[in-house]
Amino acid sequence: MPKIVHGLAAALPLANVDTDVIMPKRFLITITCEGLAEGTFADLRFHDDDTPRTDFVLNTRPWHGARILVVGDNFGCGSSREHAVWGLVQLGIQGIIGTSFAGIFYDNARKNGLALPIVSPEVRDQLMQAASHEDGVSYTIDIENRIIRTGETELPFDMDDATQTAHLEGREDTLNSLEFADANRNYERGLDDQQRVRVIQ
Amino acid sequence: MSRTLYDKLVDAHKVCDLPDGDMLIYVDFHIMNEYTSSQAFSGLDQKGLSVWRPEAHLSVVDHVNATRQRDPHDAASKLLIDNLEANCEKHNIAFYGLGDRRQGIEHVVVPEQGLVAPGMLIACGDSHTTTYGAFGALGFGIGTSEVEHVLATQTLRYKRLKTMLVKIDGDLAPGVTAKDIIMKVVQVVGAGGANGYAVEFSGSAIRAQEMSGRMTICNMAVELGGRAALIGADQKALEAIKGRAHSGTLDFGGLEWNSDAGADYDTEFEIDAADIAPLVSWGTSPDQSVPVDSLVPAETEGMTPKAREALNRALDYMDLKAGQAMIDIEIDSAFIGSCTNSRIEDLRAAAAILKGKKVAGSVNAIVVPGSTYTRLQAEAEGIDRVFKEAGFDWRPESGCSMCLAMNDDIAMDGERIASSTNRNFEGRQDRGARTHLMSPEMVAAAAIHGRIADVRDFLSEGAE
Repeated sequence: MPKIVHGLAAALPLANVDTDVIMPKRFLITITCEGLAEGTFADLRFHDDDTPRTDFVLNTRPWHGARILVVGDNFGCGSSREHAVWGLVQLGIQGIIGTSFAGIFYDNARKNGLALPIVSPEVRDQLMQAASHEDGVSYTIDIENRIIRTGETELPFDMDDATQTAHLEGREDTLNSLEFADANRNYERGLDDQQRVRVIQ
Repeated sequence: MSRTLYDKLVDAHKVCDLPDGDMLIYVDFHIMNEYTSSQAFSGLDQKGLSVWRPEAHLSVVDHVNATRQRDPHDAASKLLIDNLEANCEKHNIAFYGLGDRRQGIEHVVVPEQGLVAPGMLIACGDSHTTTYGAFGALGFGIGTSEVEHVLATQTLRYKRLKTMLVKIDGDLAPGVTAKDIIMKVVQVVGAGGANGYAVEFSGSAIRAQEMSGRMTICNMAVELGGRAALIGADQKALEAIKGRAHSGTLDFGGLEWNSDAGADYDTEFEIDAADIAPLVSWGTSPDQSVPVDSLVPAETEGMTPKAREALNRALDYMDLKAGQAMIDIEIDSAFIGSCTNSRIEDLRAAAAILKGKKVAGSVNAIVVPGSTYTRLQAEAEGIDRVFKEAGFDWRPESGCSMCLAMNDDIAMDGERIASSTNRNFEGRQDRGARTHLMSPEMVAAAAIHGRIADVRDFLSEGAE
């Protein structure tokens, strides 16, 4: 996972962008994580006949190569589908700057190395306005120092310690958690028999 | 020290603190469906891991299956269903598949089977897992990577949430339902207003709700951003878990699963139940709703440019004009179903409105019972006949169906749907589809009129 995310930023000012919009349901009928780039924002990016919509920021120059999105409030709300995060990453997005993210989306992003720096509404508006300039602007998300850099400016962002650690260490959570198997077995020994769910097959 | 119900549940399930500041929490019970679990099983295989405790998981087919007939409607959905079954067989996990009388929408099946009880922690790769809060259990949705984590460890890495109390006192007016309560809460708190919070509902209007209504309320708490929803356990909750397939096998406690008197919350809201009217969504976010007898909102003077743009974008997508009456809006379809409103109580309530009436000729009306058991119970009560005689398509199989249109119940571009579901997002019921959220009773009323209708008009007709 990258400790620094650097790249062109695109503004996506809509609030409440939900995971149905990020990854429409017709792309979910799959048993793998692959091939989801084309589904990402599909209804915003393409017309019915699959031609690109020129009113969508990632279809316009210079933002077709954007690596960072600056987004409206409550990004990633709705369904738990991790396909939304897989698709964004496959589209080349490495960081999304916003004021608030839905909880499941936030956790899914962390598992896939997609950085979600949280900033104040004022800082977001400032970054969004700059990102909307026709020449394009690049930002640097420095995860270790929790700072967004643009030109000479440094703007702090919030990211909880565990998420920051996960990004910096590039840790595989499942394998890491199995290192605490003894604590888990201790906990289980303390359970009564009727606290152990056994689903009837 | 006084603790909230949420903190008690987290404390009781904490396995250990982790060096990075998170904790490991124990998952008593984990549910899977066919569309968010395949990649988790693949992850186990790639890492050479086994399932920590196979008996603590249940898989149910619900998202992609057809409900017109039992067999999958296409090869792609069959692949997802078969893949889940094969994974469950390989790992010795219970699988309630097509044709199994226990099959249905996961969040309808679990309470029906007695697999939720006060004091439990339940996870599932589905955002509406908040439903189980109705029983004083901590339920929440997880992504596929976390599904893999639960399978391998029976735990999750977890960060304690902030707490929000939503207190609703007073009596509901006739025609106002649990669906209207939660739609009002989403309106007041906002679509992302509870991001980072566990939301507890209390007050006399919540206590007065039966378990079905409480499940509707907790189900849609995720639409305000709540990662968890809770209602303290009471006698109603304890009664509701008796006499089910798993009832005798589970005991996590009882009435102690309540917040202590004087417990502190990070934020609190109060709503007067008498202020709640039957609500209908007009926009593309669940917080965009108004009372059914009012007008589609217009721009106001104090509106920020952002709010103005959001309003106009939603109106444009929904093809509505600011200031037009909600009850003038013609609908193409009516859908009763989903984990929010497809339980037997919902079907009974909608049938009471439909009895002796006919669906307007232009309306395509569908009802998908929440589970196979629910359908059989409804058929035993004659509810299916009421729906069929009114002109509803009574589906013989259960599933999520048109709530998210992952099966063959796909809305047409521009189709306008009165829907008892939970999300009115752009494209949710397919590209260009226009969803109006409302209670099942209101969907029935709209189906009869062929346009959005006030359920209260039907109540007074009945009283005459």
